[in-house]
Amino acid sequence: MAKVSFREDRCKGCGLCVEVCPKKIVELKKNLLNAKGYHPAGVTDMDKCIGCAFCATICPDCVIKVEK
Amino acid sequence: MSIVFDRPHALVDKPLHYCPGCTHGIIHRLVAEVIDELGIEGKTVGVSPVGCTYNNYEYFNCDMVQAAHGRAPAVATGIRRSLPDNVVFTYQGDGDLAAIGTAEIVHAATRGERITTIFVNNAIYGMTSGQMAPTTLVGQVSTTTPFGRKPELHGYPVKVCELLSTLEGAVYIERVAVNNVQNIKKAKAAIKKAFELQLAGKGFTLVEVLSTCPTNWGMNPVKSIKWLEENMMPHYKLGVYKDISAE
Amino acid sequence: MSEKLLMKGNEVIAEAALRAGCRHYFGYPITPQTEVAHYMAKKMEQIGGVFVQAESEVAAINMVYGAASTGKRVMTSSSSPGISLKQEGISYSACAELPMVIVDVVRCGPGLGGILPAQCDYFQIVKGGGHGDYNLVVFAPSSIQELYELVVHAFNVADQYRNPVVILGDGYLGQMMEAVEFKDEEVINKVEKPWATVGTNMEREHNVITSIYIEADVLEAHNNKLQAKYRAIEANETMVEEFNCEGADVIVTAYGTVARIVKNVIKDAAKEGIKVGLIRPITLWPFPKASFEKYAETPKGFLCVEMSAGQMVEDVRLAINGKNSVDFHGRTGGNVPSQKDIMAIVREIAARK
Repeated sequence: MAKVSFREDRCKGCGLCVEVCPKKIVELKKNLLNAKGYHPAGVTDMDKCIGCAFCATICPDCVIKVEK
Repeated sequence: MSIVFDRPHALVDKPLHYCPGCTHGIIHRLVAEVIDELGIEGKTVGVSPVGCTYNNYEYFNCDMVQAAHGRAPAVATGIRRSLPDNVVFTYQGDGDLAAIGTAEIVHAATRGERITTIFVNNAIYGMTSGQMAPTTLVGQVSTTTPFGRKPELHGYPVKVCELLSTLEGAVYIERVAVNNVQNIKKAKAAIKKAFELQLAGKGFTLVEVLSTCPTNWGMNPVKSIKWLEENMMPHYKLGVYKDISAE
Repeated sequence: MSEKLLMKGNEVIAEAALRAGCRHYFGYPITPQTEVAHYMAKKMEQIGGVFVQAESEVAAINMVYGAASTGKRVMTSSSSPGISLKQEGISYSACAELPMVIVDVVRCGPGLGGILPAQCDYFQIVKGGGHGDYNLVVFAPSSIQELYELVVHAFNVADQYRNPVVILGDGYLGQMMEAVEFKDEEVINKVEKPWATVGTNMEREHNVITSIYIEADVLEAHNNKLQAKYRAIEANETMVEEFNCEGADVIVTAYGTVARIVKNVIKDAAKEGIKVGLIRPITLWPFPKASFEKYAETPKGFLCVEMSAGQMVEDVRLAINGKNSVDFHGRTGGNVPSQKDIMAIVREIAARK
């Protein structure tokens, strides 16, 4: 099992993480706006996360921490 | 569970001011990760350019010096010659390095100055809102090539790696990209090798990183990466252009 | 006992810098000062110092910027056109408060001008040739001995105030040979430089050398800090020679090489019963206003003599503030004001009611 945590206040809603997640479990939270006015990214189904850290690797803002 | 991925220590824990999806952020992190892994933060001095990353001295935890536009390689030379045992790097954009700073980068390289240059090529002037850069592609629209870059008016784009690889003082020149996870890992390996060769006292090392500029290209971050892959990568071929460590 | 040598000015500049502990020099060839680089190239290699011939004066001043950031004593030298190229770097250095010594051996201008001596860069150096509100401490030696002493002094002043300092000479000073007596030991004022970017060694927050402050209030506060420093320099570092001014009929003011000519005029005038005084600014900035204020009403008139079309004369007029007349005599193109021409004007002023 792996765990991914997002510093939602740092996210700029660029969407790059959404593209690269091999499990397609990362998405921008349409129902949430962070202080900067962006829809922050988040994981929909943590159980499917394999901890590959693709999302964190392509994130330009160090929003994502990955544990495994 | 243990942490598999987190912010490197050499990268200051504060928000970056870069536009959403701008891949400068990735490149900053790669440099910081390499500094952590080589354990050199305490003896590294970085030089910031003029451009979008003019204040990246706020984002690196090592000592930093901000340089006039194009002069980072000269400032770095002054630092290098003063601190023989330190690690010195410059972080520069395409306007800084390949336009106003061409003489400085050429001569730092041909002097074999023991510094590492991270050269970010996003084919546009970002900070000043979208003007043509030396690396702007033929046909590419910018605020100073409003009808597309035309060689007969605006000249041809500069291939920096090819240019600098002819200089003997340059010991390692590679062009990489950060458009996908695999290339990001290769980019990091190249940056690490550049710093390692500097540590080994070999000579001038430079890594050119193809990067996006969603705001001034007028595309969203995901489309920007696609545009980079379809337009920049064919023109700016990835690969190693100089590597004396192989000899 | 110190040693007395016959030496060329440009070489004295380099020797003085080495004696002041300078081990880093970055330069570029330009007549009439390139012997400074020759001397540094040889000596630095012999003593394990750093000499770099840069690709341009622009690169050279930025290499100096880098070295100064690490706290090293560092120098560059050039002449007029080269100094124009360095102006951006000088403005950055003033803002970033980087100590350095910049030698300007002035040649006639404007443009490529000529290679003969002149004083036509007073405005560029004293009024700040770069952008922004800043000041450089500017020393104007008029002999090889004084050149040596002021170069050593310049390094101490630069470190003490964290400010670029200029030695403003001219082609004569650089090219002529004179006797110079070097001390056995130089006075080197060591200062701590906790701000230097030498690597954190993981023991402190990082240091940043920068000259950009995006927020207006922050940059204004920085400007106010610089201005306060300049007031302190004005109060403590002004240097001037007042010669024969008490009760003088005419007071001539000149600096550098021209002041030597005026001293001969003083002897000639004395034979004709005309008492001529000399006010010789040694620091062009801070400008010795007090000397002019002190003698403002003493003579029948002031005469400012320069190898230019008239630049320092403006500061003289400002200092005298209308209390007396200030005539000007100057030569350009590399020509030198002659004793005869100066004497003629002195006679005319002395004859005024």
